[in-house]
Amino acid sequence: MAGLGYACLLLALAVCAYGIGASLYGVRRNRPEYCASGRRSIYALAVILTVAMGVLEVAFLSNDFAFNTVAATSSRTTPTFYRAAAVWSSQEGSLLLWAWLLSLWSSLALFLTRKRMRDVAAYATAILLGFGGFFVSLMIFYANPFATSSPAPAEGVGLDPLLRFPTMMIHPPMLYSGYTLCTIPFAFGMGALIARRLEADWLKVIRRFAFAAWLFLGMGILLGARWSYSELGWGGYWGWDAVENASLMPWLTGTAFLHSLMIQEKRGMLKVWNVSLVLATGTLAIMGTFLVRSGVLNSIHAFGGATLGVPFVCLIAVLIGGSIYTVVSRRELLRSENRLDSLLSRESIFLANNLVLVGLCFVIFWGTYFPLISAALTGQEASVGPPWFDRYTVPLALILVLLSGIGPVISWRRASLANARRNFMAPLACAAATLIVLLAAGVAHKTFAITMFCCAAFVFGSVGQEFVRGTRARRAMAGEAPARALLALVRRNRRRYGGYIVHLGIAVLFVGVAASSSFQHASELQLGPGQSTKVGAYRIRYVEPTASVTPKNDRAHTGSTLSLGAVLDVTKNGRHVATLRPSEGFYASGNPAEGSVSSLIGGQAVSHIGMDGGITRDVWSAIAPNIEAPGLKRIVTAGNATLPPEEAGIALVYLARAYLRRPPPTQFHFLVSPLVMWIWLGGLIVFGGGLIAAWPAPSAVRSRVAARSRARALRGLARA
Amino acid sequence: MAVVIVICSLLLAALVVMLISAPLRAASRPGSAAPAGEDGARAPDTASAERRAELEAAREAKYREIRDAELDYRTGKLTSTDYGVLDAQLRSEALTILDEIEALGGAVPEG
Repeated sequence: MAGLGYACLLLALAVCAYGIGASLYGVRRNRPEYCASGRRSIYALAVILTVAMGVLEVAFLSNDFAFNTVAATSSRTTPTFYRAAAVWSSQEGSLLLWAWLLSLWSSLALFLTRKRMRDVAAYATAILLGFGGFFVSLMIFYANPFATSSPAPAEGVGLDPLLRFPTMMIHPPMLYSGYTLCTIPFAFGMGALIARRLEADWLKVIRRFAFAAWLFLGMGILLGARWSYSELGWGGYWGWDAVENASLMPWLTGTAFLHSLMIQEKRGMLKVWNVSLVLATGTLAIMGTFLVRSGVLNSIHAFGGATLGVPFVCLIAVLIGGSIYTVVSRRELLRSENRLDSLLSRESIFLANNLVLVGLCFVIFWGTYFPLISAALTGQEASVGPPWFDRYTVPLALILVLLSGIGPVISWRRASLANARRNFMAPLACAAATLIVLLAAGVAHKTFAITMFCCAAFVFGSVGQEFVRGTRARRAMAGEAPARALLALVRRNRRRYGGYIVHLGIAVLFVGVAASSSFQHASELQLGPGQSTKVGAYRIRYVEPTASVTPKNDRAHTGSTLSLGAVLDVTKNGRHVATLRPSEGFYASGNPAEGSVSSLIGGQAVSHIGMDGGITRDVWSAIAPNIEAPGLKRIVTAGNATLPPEEAGIALVYLARAYLRRPPPTQFHFLVSPLVMWIWLGGLIVFGGGLIAAWPAPSAVRSRVAARSRARALRGLARA
Repeated sequence: MAVVIVICSLLLAALVVMLISAPLRAASRPGSAAPAGEDGARAPDTASAERRAELEAAREAKYREIRDAELDYRTGKLTSTDYGVLDAQLRSEALTILDEIEALGGAVPEG
């Protein structure tokens, strides 16, 4: 079967090469049949790579350890769900996932545009096939997912314990969908520049794919943050890890583009800016993919091996050089049709918002890539940690939240000062009331948190005001009941009110960030059974130890051979708050030289946190049981000396019993984080609002609205 | 097993070739309408259709602007004077686009 998979890669490369040639020949020689054939090459690529993915999935699900990737990332004891998802836990499998998703999304984009912008679509086809061919070439020449070994090992290594978490398995497909969707606006933008077709139509096409990229990338980022918080045992959700940053940068430029796109649609302005954002977003998506695979990073996200750095650097150089050349050579076509009417206008707020988003991206770019460039040039490691990022991103985030509250209350084109003053009253009152409450609560020293809470209150006030006034206006026009009027208002103005909901979600998310980072109580404790201690207002008591030996008790399918933990009782002012059950799973090292028992527990130890989450706070705990304690170590040493590998599991039972009977004092990491849940809720609100904004109206409604608008346009001119 | 893999690979290749060559085979059939045009030039009817698509996109954007302006007025972000001026300007711009669409010939499909 590996032969079929490899044959698919070779066929895919041939199809990409043919498709590029056919598309370019067709558009240059005005031969639409060749353009159509080039477009069908994308469809064919999707079919071929679906077969290839199918071959690899079958190999994983059937435990075919002749496949090197299967042997390296799966095992017979890996649960079926994780086996199916383990396909993309390796460098090779993730490249195949990337190429497959690219082919699927590209097929959709080209199918939807098959009757429009033929010349633009032809160039876009060639560019997308170029990306596809690049990734297929990487697989053929550098990282073959269908490479096999003979004889095949009897058992695989198993999935990395850190990846045995359901959210973690959805995170890569979401993230890669976001990355691959970023290439579609890039391809169409480049195609529009090459074909010199920069009128309104191409914006309409790429808008939906730019939104889809924003949605998937954002969800992937949020899922990754959730995994970090729930699994990694450090209690944080964002560590300014280089790979985290690499996914955030195209999301920021994509967000900027979705805003400034509206200005270009309405006023024909910011053409250079928009096309640059589209090209930058696509390039940043490729750079993000490069970071994980280049070998320059030592990160939990990085795939091992340094073999792919050079091809990626070449591709990125081509993308950057090609983008700059085409924008500069087409600058005459990108002249703005209008100028900014007034600084007090929604256009200028959007522009300010764009500058902040791009500024954020620049700061993160500098902080991420400067250490790598510095190390490459000087040979010395330079590090830029969270404090550096926080210093520059926090003020920009505050401005961003504030702008998201100002934008809704300013009109397009030109707002009058008197009107603007009146419209700001309610949001400012909300912010002022929040400030008074916070100062009264005695948190004046938490400057960042207070400022963010006030900015968020401003947003809540301005968005709330918009919904109230809009509903009132709708009721005045149509005489509907309030709920019906609100629904009709949102349905008829999806972009506007969906966007307002997104802004609300951003404010909620940043309230969660501010609260959880400024008011978090963290403590390192050492407790024995029955002992208790105070952390802030909370009392934590170590109730009893827990221990389990797999496979019977591996309910969470963690795959650990031994799990040691504790039950903690958390109270506040004498009232029970939560019962936490943190544990640490020990995994097999697969190295028999360590000893029959040591090799069963000498692999990676993974923390499984105990958490009680709520709308107001999360109580969180991780445990680091001391497996080297004298009583336990004696059992391991004795087992190594006396037990053969096939009976070493008995020692684990004795270990577990010894731990339960006489647990050593244990180290705990304990956190109380306020409003963490608001981060996840805010994210959901953002994506819900985005879906509302992007959801197309039914065609019948579009026709009616367009016809009415035309009639009103004519009537209005007749009156004038 | 190797024979099965080879056969599957060849079948897949044949399917792919049929898929991507279909437009070429259709164009080479006698009587098929091949688009005329000089090197690098789009056929006139194609250029006209694409210009119509651009104008229709601009029209939709203009309609949206008219509705946004009305909503801005009704939610208190524009005074009646400012709204009147802006509304007239936007309607005039919309009619320019509609006139251009009609000049391309035929009825103007809405939406």
